[in-house]
Amino acid sequence: MGVGIEVTNLNAWYGTNHTLQEINLDIPANHATALIGPSGCGKSTFVRCINRMHETNPIARVTGTILIGGLDIYADAKPVEIRRRVGMVFQRPNPFPTMSIYDNVAAGLKLNGYSNRHVLDEVVEKSLRNSALWDEVKDDLKKKSGASLSGGQQQRLCIARALAVDPEVLLMDEPASALDPVSTSKIEDLIFQLKSQYTIVIVTHNMQQAARVAEKTGFFLNGRMVEFDSTHKIFTNPSDKRTEDYITGRFG
Amino acid sequence: MTRIRFQQSLDELKEQLLVMAGLAEQAIQRATEAYRVHDLSICDLVSRSELAINRLEREIDQAALDLLAMEQPMAIDLRFILSVIKINADLERVGDAAKAISERVRSMEQMAAVELPVDIPRMAALASEMVRKSLQSFIEGDADLARTVLTMDDAVDAMNRAAYKALTRVMEEQSHLAPQALNALMISRALERVADHATNIAEDVIFWVQGDDVRHRKSLKTAPDPHTMG
Repeated sequence: MGVGIEVTNLNAWYGTNHTLQEINLDIPANHATALIGPSGCGKSTFVRCINRMHETNPIARVTGTILIGGLDIYADAKPVEIRRRVGMVFQRPNPFPTMSIYDNVAAGLKLNGYSNRHVLDEVVEKSLRNSALWDEVKDDLKKKSGASLSGGQQQRLCIARALAVDPEVLLMDEPASALDPVSTSKIEDLIFQLKSQYTIVIVTHNMQQAARVAEKTGFFLNGRMVEFDSTHKIFTNPSDKRTEDYITGRFG
Repeated sequence: MTRIRFQQSLDELKEQLLVMAGLAEQAIQRATEAYRVHDLSICDLVSRSELAINRLEREIDQAALDLLAMEQPMAIDLRFILSVIKINADLERVGDAAKAISERVRSMEQMAAVELPVDIPRMAALASEMVRKSLQSFIEGDADLARTVLTMDDAVDAMNRAAYKALTRVMEEQSHLAPQALNALMISRALERVADHATNIAEDVIFWVQGDDVRHRKSLKTAPDPHTMG
């Protein structure tokens, strides 16, 4: 099951660049939350703070608190444990190109020490079913490489890979921006199905996509979160003029 | 400012609706003038303008539909286009009401002229003022002005109820005047509907400007309803 994410006074820097400033928000469990804003506004940095990827850059720094299911991820957990609990899917599908479809999905489990073939088979099937890819690849699991799939299939393979390690949170950084409309619809349908089991945070430049998939939406601008509210409110009657200007295309 | 073409399209849509509004407002004024001065040539003008109103209604709906499909408007732009579609429908109905009044005037002109206990010109003046104010609030995007229209509707409703009472009494007590009284009653009813359309337009303006849905709210519509504010 998904868990809630409580962010308090979060600040992040790249060197001297203060990329996130005093972010406070509660991301509800088992919902999809969309983050929108112009390029460079800090939304991707924000999701990279949630799985502690931001700090992998040597000049990066973070202050503040992020609780995931009550766990203080910066004080009480190691990055590797957090990244198991918080899966991430990127803009461009990045399957391991030389691995089979099966091994792509099982990779995370194997890294975590699982080797029992029966367990791996079960998890691979379940993950591929949950990512709505099973029916398309079940006959070629070990015959084809991840790179042989179409772009949309590769992205769902990456989602299966993220799901295989049984995360509680799924971060998606523009997961459909490189996909055609049919593949995009499949990813959106998937988000709709997955949120009953996971807490989903999706960064997107596509306003309609945010409106379609997310119950909550946050608008970032210049490293600050300008507005966080129900998606309905943000897209029909936002409280802040800057939000309205952005979603109506007046700037950004 | 970005989305220049979209902004131009929104401006054009507003212009089109204002042309429609001008025709509808003129139609209702002409129809009540025809009643006042017993001039059937004015009724012909009303019938002709109704055709133009119907044509414009289709054009405005098509333009609004195109913008929804092609531009995926959000927030205030989305509310604006939705309001235009609804106001467009209300203006068309105002045109229908004007035509209905002019047809009653035609019918009455074939009957003996009689004094009836109903002040149609006064009622028409109030309904027309509501239409004018609601359209002014649309032109200026003025939700406060729109709210003043909502407070005027009760007066027209009361006048219509009084007309109903007085004219049914005429029909009961002076049955030879029943045809004239029935026509007057139908004109009163049409004017009451015009006031309702003006109220709808004012409500749509408030929704467009403030995102506040004030329809079917019993209390005076001054404060935003927290339940509709998301």
